[in-house]
Amino acid sequence: MITIITLGVIAGALASGASVFYAALGEVVGQRAGIVNLGIEGVMLVGAASSFAAAAITGSVAVGLVAGVAAGLAFNLILGLLVVTRRTNQLASGLALWFLGAGMSTLIGLSFTGTHIDGLGEVRLPGSAQLPPAWARVIDQDILVYLALPAAIAVTWLLWRTRWGLRLRAVGEDRLAAFAAGLHPARLQYQALALAGALYGLGGAQLALAYTKTWQEGMTTGRGFVAVVIVIFALWRPLRAVLGALLFGGAVALGLQLQVRGLPISPFLLDMLPYLLTLLVVLVFGRPKAFAVPMGLREVFGGTSK
Amino acid sequence: MAHSIAGFGHPLEVRYRRLPGAARETLRWLGWIGLALALYTLLLLVYGRDPLLAYSDILSSTLGSTFGISEVLVKMVPLVLCGLAVAIPARVGLVNVGGEGQLFIGALTATWGALTFASLPAWTLLPLVAVLGFLGGAAWAGVCGILRARNWLNEVFSTMLFNYLAILVVSYLVFGPWRDPTSANYPQSRLFPAAAWLPTLGDTRVTVLLFVAIIGVALLSFVLSSTRWGLEIRALGGNPEAARRNGIAITRYLIVLMIVGGGLAGLAGMGEVAGLHHRLNPAVSSSYGYTGFLVSWLAGHRPVLIPVMAFVLAVLASGGDILQITQGLPYAAVTVLMALILFVVLAARARGARTA
Amino acid sequence: MSEPLLSLRHVTKRFPGVLANDRVDFDAFGAEVHALLGENGAGKSTLMKLAYGYYPMDQGEIWMDGAQVQIHSPADARRFGMGMVFQGFTLIPAFSVAENIALYLTALPAIPDARAIAEEIDAQGRRFGLVVSPQRVAGTLAAGEQQKVEILKLLMAGARVLIFDEPTSVLPPHEIQHLFEVFARLKEAGFAIIFITHKLREVLECADRITVMRRGTVTGTIAGAGATEDLLLQMMFGGAVAEEHAARPPVAADQQAPVLSLENASSGGFGLRLKDIDLELQAGEIVGVAGVSGNGQRELGDLVLGLLPCVSGRKKLFGADATHWGVARVRQAGVAFVPENPIYMAVAPGMTLAENFAVASPRSYQTAGGLGIDWGRVRTDMSSAYRALALEPPDANMRAGTLSGGNLQRFSLARELGRSPRVVVAVYPTRGLESRTTAHAQGLLLSARAAGAAVLLISQDLNEVFSLSDRIVVLRSGRFVGEARPDQTTPLEVGRLMTGGD
Repeated sequence: MITIITLGVIAGALASGASVFYAALGEVVGQRAGIVNLGIEGVMLVGAASSFAAAAITGSVAVGLVAGVAAGLAFNLILGLLVVTRRTNQLASGLALWFLGAGMSTLIGLSFTGTHIDGLGEVRLPGSAQLPPAWARVIDQDILVYLALPAAIAVTWLLWRTRWGLRLRAVGEDRLAAFAAGLHPARLQYQALALAGALYGLGGAQLALAYTKTWQEGMTTGRGFVAVVIVIFALWRPLRAVLGALLFGGAVALGLQLQVRGLPISPFLLDMLPYLLTLLVVLVFGRPKAFAVPMGLREVFGGTSK
Repeated sequence: MAHSIAGFGHPLEVRYRRLPGAARETLRWLGWIGLALALYTLLLLVYGRDPLLAYSDILSSTLGSTFGISEVLVKMVPLVLCGLAVAIPARVGLVNVGGEGQLFIGALTATWGALTFASLPAWTLLPLVAVLGFLGGAAWAGVCGILRARNWLNEVFSTMLFNYLAILVVSYLVFGPWRDPTSANYPQSRLFPAAAWLPTLGDTRVTVLLFVAIIGVALLSFVLSSTRWGLEIRALGGNPEAARRNGIAITRYLIVLMIVGGGLAGLAGMGEVAGLHHRLNPAVSSSYGYTGFLVSWLAGHRPVLIPVMAFVLAVLASGGDILQITQGLPYAAVTVLMALILFVVLAARARGARTA
Repeated sequence: MSEPLLSLRHVTKRFPGVLANDRVDFDAFGAEVHALLGENGAGKSTLMKLAYGYYPMDQGEIWMDGAQVQIHSPADARRFGMGMVFQGFTLIPAFSVAENIALYLTALPAIPDARAIAEEIDAQGRRFGLVVSPQRVAGTLAAGEQQKVEILKLLMAGARVLIFDEPTSVLPPHEIQHLFEVFARLKEAGFAIIFITHKLREVLECADRITVMRRGTVTGTIAGAGATEDLLLQMMFGGAVAEEHAARPPVAADQQAPVLSLENASSGGFGLRLKDIDLELQAGEIVGVAGVSGNGQRELGDLVLGLLPCVSGRKKLFGADATHWGVARVRQAGVAFVPENPIYMAVAPGMTLAENFAVASPRSYQTAGGLGIDWGRVRTDMSSAYRALALEPPDANMRAGTLSGGNLQRFSLARELGRSPRVVVAVYPTRGLESRTTAHAQGLLLSARAAGAAVLLISQDLNEVFSLSDRIVVLRSGRFVGEARPDQTTPLEVGRLMTGGD
């Protein structure tokens, strides 16, 4: 029984954590470039709605994925107009982006509420059919779950091993120093926003096409905000973001498992688990050491210091 | 963040720029607002709606009749309170995005009071319910204020995640222990005793909380502009590093202003349950907490401008309800318009790019 | 002589209110150290920043290797082989040395070869005496090491003209010697070195040629070999040199009770911690705290002020135990605080001068228990504070952000010293001020002393410490490592203590 619940939680953690993971991965890129995006929630919603609509219209999940990524990318660039070009307050601009995304996604998804799609199927690894169902469920995941770890490694490589990553991080540390070093901070920040937006969109698409296979207004339920918190927990490192997303996904899955097993606890209380766990881990582990926080973010968060 | 540089307190306040002629300024603003409306018009056209009809529907349904105006006021009161909930902490650089959660918890504690002390007469029960509503929101926000003041967690994250928690707590109660057994299908608490109903003005649904909100605005304006605490708060918002060195008790202000802000949002929640629904349900707020954030940023966190902005957004919110009926547009269409307005206001006030 | 590597012709730059450079000509040749000398505000830094494309010039021409070039940004300058080490370093603290240097390389491949870069850093470092580990995190480097990285950055990016803006101001004495050795090696390798400074002795020590500037114009260029201190002073000041050390009465001989004492005090908080500090300040004396920036100077000021907790030991003010007093109480008791940069540490730029004046002791101006503020009294107090320092009071309704740096420091001094404080904590009070304001600020500290205040002067300018202090203590890595009277020690000796060299 314990084994089955544990396996169920792991399977669920992977499936429900993937969307948060991609969002957090995108946010690592953005914050490394010095931009905190509180509008991820909105971008994910736009990505989810667009991917679902495209998949429902064309019947092709691949088209849906591409639409989700493209919509996320394009939508996230709106933030660039504000915080990069106009240098507006990042936190307020992010929330404005969230409002806009929440509204836009509702309009996009309007005629698709209740529509059913096949969605993104699981990857059938050879031999999974022979496994007991509880075990098979752990490894029968959609392709985006399987791609999470490679994506984290790829972003790590990109940020720490390439010239682009070096420059991007320099902009996030000190915009003026980067400018003095002959870089184009604004251009690099737009590029970071584009990559981040694509990843948010992918996260939204995973949610709509693979995890729930439905569209529902406001379906991200705070995942975008959780992603920002996970980035702090992850100390701005992609691989630690995997861990953070798994913790969040695990809490979601645990709640669901306990509900399915008929535990006499209100589902609403169980739904609080992921948020409480997120708060807890960031409080315990989110205390950055020297030089871990991109310096550019101090300006964003440092309204008043103690 | 111990190393923050001065002056990020409330970035919207234009400090260094000398204002050009008032006329030019007005034109500039009209231009930005025009941009927002143009974008929204475009969106309506894409959706095959008649923009002019939509705008005239919004205006005539809200400002075109006494009833319309009274309904705008019904929405304006919680927006003023939730706007203050954002503006007050913002004066020392805190970003409170938890108005929605604070409102829910205020509604919760007010409901507890109204149902627990149901036998009390109105003149004791109502103040008690109001105080409980305030305290609920205040405590909920105070936790975030303490986390921030101790440098444990930025208030942006705590207040936002607390929103989701607050709504789940309320849902748990009205689906579970507090559920009214007589209303079979609706998840809601029992009806408040009549003594816990906020008095309304005439035949309208506007409650006396309107006066409380207006007094609150006046009081907070006075505190900010004329008192020693206001001076210290402005110094703190203007340059935290200097304020620290001048011996201003920063930690105390961070926590107290968060508590006051949360309390005001809680009061808005009290107003919704005691004035409108007369019971607790998961739909007590029409996103007032979030819209309050817009109100405060549009007003530049200045208390005197908050009623103005709250009125404008209340018109849009009421109009949004009407558009659902007349144009078949979901309420989200109005959210888009509000977000666009915030976008252009932020962009118009910003410093602009310093480097290429 | 061969063609100059860099020539500036008729360079003119006007800032609001000042003609910073007026038709300046300047030449730098390969294989020589060319000192650019002048007092603060003479226009030397501006000239070089114009050459480097940091500021746009109003008029003038830049020639390199005999061809005229257009330089509109530092990136342009670097393309032509010019490099500049700024006074404030531009390293990114969180990056490693190698990353900082790679960022600056013009021909960095899309996927850089980290090992090759590290090897090149080692090779160049050995060649020019700039050894620093490529893996070190820049934020953990001492000032001298950071400077090495800055120089390596320029060398590896292919610069041939190297401009140093006051490079010795951040260095302790023995590292200054080392820098001059680096200059010599670079010179041998054919680089042109432009050395901006206002210190005569350094110029005489290392320069092949010396250009002196005064008030935005060049007063002359002479060979280093024939230069003397008197000649250079003549060129810098036009004869009007009279450095006076006012004769000051010594502290009262009979030991009074100290107004401020730290007994074995250690500080808490983030960052560097002070350990076992023992200090006594008598009324009417100035104690100078010397040290290389970042060794606990700011923390010392914050500890006295009550901003940093005192985790062990004791702090006494005016005889009372003040170990756990908060900032407000410390200030109320008569401690004034003069910071290095008032716009960051003393005033809110968006508020008026009157408001900023009141904020330093809001309780003393409140009426009706805090419901109101007696603005009339704030204004009177402000004018009398200015008058007490023989300054003309400004308009109290002006916003602090509209004042110039010097005027803001005057405001800060008036606010703090005008109330006749008994203890003054001055942390880098003259950093970044031009020479006249500096002299004035120093004079005010002396008059506070004369009026019986105890002054704790934290400074990294050894000249300032020596000329103002009655006693000097040396701070290194959060500890006091020495104490002496200025007439019984030398700057070199203090410098050794500051850096732990011997």
